[in-house]
Parts: sequence; C-alpha cells; structure tokens
Amino acid sequence: MAWLYVAIIVISTVASDLLQSWEMKRQGEVTDFGVGGIGRLLKLLLTKAPLIGSIVFLAISFYAFLALLAVADLSFAVPATALSLVAETILARLVLKERVNAARWGGTALVTIGVALLAV
Amino acid sequence: MSTNSGRLIWKTRLFAVIVILTNVLGNFALSWGIKHGAAMDGSPWSFVRVVFDPWVFCGILLLAGWVLSRMALLSWADLSYVIPVTSIGFVLNAIMGALFLNEVITPARWAGTFCIVGGTVLVGLTAPKTETS
Repeated sequence: MAWLYVAIIVISTVASDLLQSWEMKRQGEVTDFGVGGIGRLLKLLLTKAPLIGSIVFLAISFYAFLALLAVADLSFAVPATALSLVAETILARLVLKERVNAARWGGTALVTIGVALLAV
Repeated sequence: MSTNSGRLIWKTRLFAVIVILTNVLGNFALSWGIKHGAAMDGSPWSFVRVVFDPWVFCGILLLAGWVLSRMALLSWADLSYVIPVTSIGFVLNAIMGALFLNEVITPARWAGTFCIVGGTVLVGLTAPKTETS
C-alpha cells in the first residue's frame, strides 16, 4: 500500500510542479513581496487554470502523503518520493525547454542517489 | 558580475531558504500531528477530521507559505534549478525525524545526506535562470 501512495505522490507532484513553473514564467518575475504582492499571488492561484490544476494535483499529493505518513516513517516517506526529481528534470528540459547543463544533470543525479540512500 | 545578476542570485538564495524551511517545518508538524493524536483510519471522515488537529493545521499553514514562496521563486528561476537546490530539505527532514521522532539515521542515510549536499551545491553553482533553448 505504501508504494501505491508513493506512485500517486510522484505523478501528482510532477504534474503540479510543471503546471506551476509554466504558468509563473508566463506571468513574469514577482517583484512585490508586500501584502499586495501576496494578494496578487493568491488571486493568480484562484483564477489561472494551470495554477488551479497545480493546486488540485498538490492536494492529491498532500492527502496521499498524509496517508503514507500513517503507514510509514517520515524518513521513508519523504525520500521515497525522489523519483519525481528525475522526472521533473527531464520534463523541464523537454516540456519547459530549460537549458539543463552537465552540472545540473550531475547535481540532480547526486541528489537522487542521495535521496534513495536515505530510504535504506 | 552585474548588479542585476548579483541581485538575482541573492534573491534566489533567500527564497530558496524560505521554501526549504517552510517545507521542512510543515512536513515535521504534519508528521508529529499524525503520530501524536490525529489518528487516520482511512475513512473519508478521518481525512477531514485530521485537518483540525493543531499540529496538522500548523503544518498546513506552513505548507501554504511554502506554496506561495515557491510560486514566487518559480516566476524567475528554472524548475531544473529549484528542484535539486531545495532538495537539501530531504536532509533536514531526516535530521528532524532523528531528533524528534526517534527515527534512526544509518550509515547509508549519512552517505545519502552527503550526496544530496554535494548535488545541491553543484546545481547551486549554476545560474538560477537560463534562456530557453
């Protein structure tokens, strides 16, 4: 059952992050960090379809994470979701057209190995 | 280094720290709440009830801060930069688990910790924002 929750978490996390990154790049760099700026971010969250979708996937991931915590240690639950790191970097390159250089691939590989080792 | 790129790097580092801390503390509060009172039996009602546990509620507030700070960070920094750099939170989660939840950190977990720190530093040395190819 724990690995089913992990699969749900990974898929929904990847979908949420891609949607959020794509829409926030479209909106442009946030420069106002006051109350008005936070209000603008909240308004974006409630009105932009990709961000709404992002929050729906995040909610799915959140409840799957709560369910996972009920059957597994925190030190298993968090690292077990590391597959999303690799998937997100690949999709950032393919879908978001980011320039992922050797240092980023190497760093992401190291982080992924590290997270997997945390679960041992 | 131009003033703009210097400003971007420091703004990115500041927001990365906020993203990491809200995520780690939020996850810890959730875990503490689930393991110390907010029982979940898998029923739909337990999923609703658990949200009103003080620790779980506090965790949700922190994770709301995480969502907003991450949205801001992703408005200028690459996803392929943000994901590995903020992964240092995995290490802090493991340390919090060991210190407060009596979870064990084995030698393999220490090795994993060093890999994550190395990977985070490696990606952190790249520019946060690249032109799309």
